[in-house]
Amino acid sequence: MQKDIKRLSLILLFMPFALWIVVLIALPHVGMVILSLQEKIAPRVYQYSLHNYIEFVNEPIYWNTLLRTGSISLLVTVLALLIGFPVAYYIAKIAGFRTRNGLFLLCLIPLWVSDLIRAFGWILLLRETGIVSGLLQWTGILGSPMEFLYNDAAVIVGLVYTVILFMIVPLVSTIDGMDNSMIEAGYNLGGNGFTVLRKIIIPYAMPGIVAGCIVVFMLTAGSYLTPILLGGKNSSWFTEQIYDQFITRYNWESGAAFGFLLLAFTSLVVWLGLKLSGQSLSSTVAKS
Amino acid sequence: MRISTMLAGSLATVLIATIPAQAETLRLMTWGSYAPENIIKLFEEKYPGIEVAVTFSNNEEMIAKLRATGGAGYDLAQPSHDRIYAAQLEYDIYKPMDLSKINTAAMEPSLLAGVKANTTMDGKVYAVPHQWGTSGLMVDKTKAPDLKGWGDLCDPKYKGKTSMRLKRTILLGTAFAMGEDPFAAYADLSKYQEILDKVAVKLIACKDNLKAYWKGGDDLSAMMLSGEIVASETWDSTAYRIFGQNQNVVFVPPSTGALAWIDTFALPRKGKADDAAYKWINFVLQPEIVTMMSASSGAIVAVKGGKDLLPADKKAAVNAAFTDADIANLKFFANIPPGVEDMEGKTLEKIKAATSN
Repeated sequence: MQKDIKRLSLILLFMPFALWIVVLIALPHVGMVILSLQEKIAPRVYQYSLHNYIEFVNEPIYWNTLLRTGSISLLVTVLALLIGFPVAYYIAKIAGFRTRNGLFLLCLIPLWVSDLIRAFGWILLLRETGIVSGLLQWTGILGSPMEFLYNDAAVIVGLVYTVILFMIVPLVSTIDGMDNSMIEAGYNLGGNGFTVLRKIIIPYAMPGIVAGCIVVFMLTAGSYLTPILLGGKNSSWFTEQIYDQFITRYNWESGAAFGFLLLAFTSLVVWLGLKLSGQSLSSTVAKS
Repeated sequence: MRISTMLAGSLATVLIATIPAQAETLRLMTWGSYAPENIIKLFEEKYPGIEVAVTFSNNEEMIAKLRATGGAGYDLAQPSHDRIYAAQLEYDIYKPMDLSKINTAAMEPSLLAGVKANTTMDGKVYAVPHQWGTSGLMVDKTKAPDLKGWGDLCDPKYKGKTSMRLKRTILLGTAFAMGEDPFAAYADLSKYQEILDKVAVKLIACKDNLKAYWKGGDDLSAMMLSGEIVASETWDSTAYRIFGQNQNVVFVPPSTGALAWIDTFALPRKGKADDAAYKWINFVLQPEIVTMMSASSGAIVAVKGGKDLLPADKKAAVNAAFTDADIANLKFFANIPPGVEDMEGKTLEKIKAATSN
């Protein structure tokens, strides 16, 4: 009896998670795989083939866009880490207990505003007749209005701003767990600031760094609004490509194939990253 | 005891709420400004049994949504006239209309005939016209007085000061500007591909001249009103709206003819409230509603004398833009045959991915 209740509660507790995985993740993906393997040969007539994947390989525009998306996402990840690490370290180790909560809250505030509004915020700041350009003219640094919007730099700035929180949170929680005496011991044994950072703090924070990088990279590569709104004439983004296939070209089959290629590509990059840094998913994401 | 009565009570309310009462819902999928609050309110006052639920969308999304459900989820949709035939042929998402239930006598005969010709399959009509408008150029006449044709957007005189939307409209406009007739070439897709290739070369060379590709009416308005650009490819309604704020910005029908679209009414195949849909169609064709509709959408309703029923400010903008010769020169979007979207999509990708410098 007792055992049955225990088992029942286990099943019930597990249910929401299992349903979520099966109904919302696994099933749609199975449908997408089937869709991606279809080729339209006439109206309302389809046959199974690898056509959509072959099309991707044969068209340089597609894989160039994917590589571009991947490399910009990596750059965004690195920038988010470089900016996020000092912030996280300050919050976890240097700030007092009370300021800490306040600072953490401040980091969260941008998340209360929708993606769209945040992107429009950047548009107001960066456009030719916008605030930054106006300010620089007012101070005399610029002689005439200058366009900061519609280029890759604007996209990168916007993306870093959107995702940096997902870097800071795991970093704070790992660095927070580190005993201060470890740092003191490092200094006592003659290390300078740089060696302490390199030999003690970074290795300790590695799970958080890797977890943050994975989340940030995945979010960036899969983002849609920011690159579309801030990007310029040449800024193609792979998710835009998927949207176009599905919506403007009515080509669900190749849209589904592109979706899978994006998933495979990002998974490959994450796997490579883990291999190169000598980490594994269980030692990083599961831990932080 | 208390609890059980409360439970019974709340159960009863739940039941009442789920049983469809007299109220019928008309699920309308339409464009951003085609179902303004004031018209919905008047409609619901006239037909107290019908509740209108509106979803705002655009051509591509309408078809994608209906395709996903096989035509269920909505009772009335408003795709453009060139988006009915191929979508119906490929995905079977609409059902034929019963014209006897529609006040077709009120409609502008030429537009009705045009839409019927475009959307008749196996002798059945799948759409009737609602509003029409054009795509053309928007020009600040104080800064670019001699900008007249699609190709002038690529004039180095206006380098960095023009914009366009990287969609099929500009492909077609540029083709006309180069002396081709893309709509005639729909019948021969290899000929159309040749035209598209030429257009792509032209637009890639033009890329350097543009400030940015606009993506929606809002960013186009912002660029134009701030003076960051002096001319752009545009929908006429966006130009009219800006004309209301800056009288120097006018809509210019390109010398090769403005491209005209007609947004229609079409019934999704699994729609459940056809009668309510017909009531809505007839309701919005009434003269006093037509004026309110045009005030909201900036487009001309396809009723007899629709241009005269425009609100005063829109009428001024239209008269500033169109002469009778321009109207006679309109190029109505031709039915998109299956496969053309893919060809155009590839061309657009090629242009977007190319670097001009």
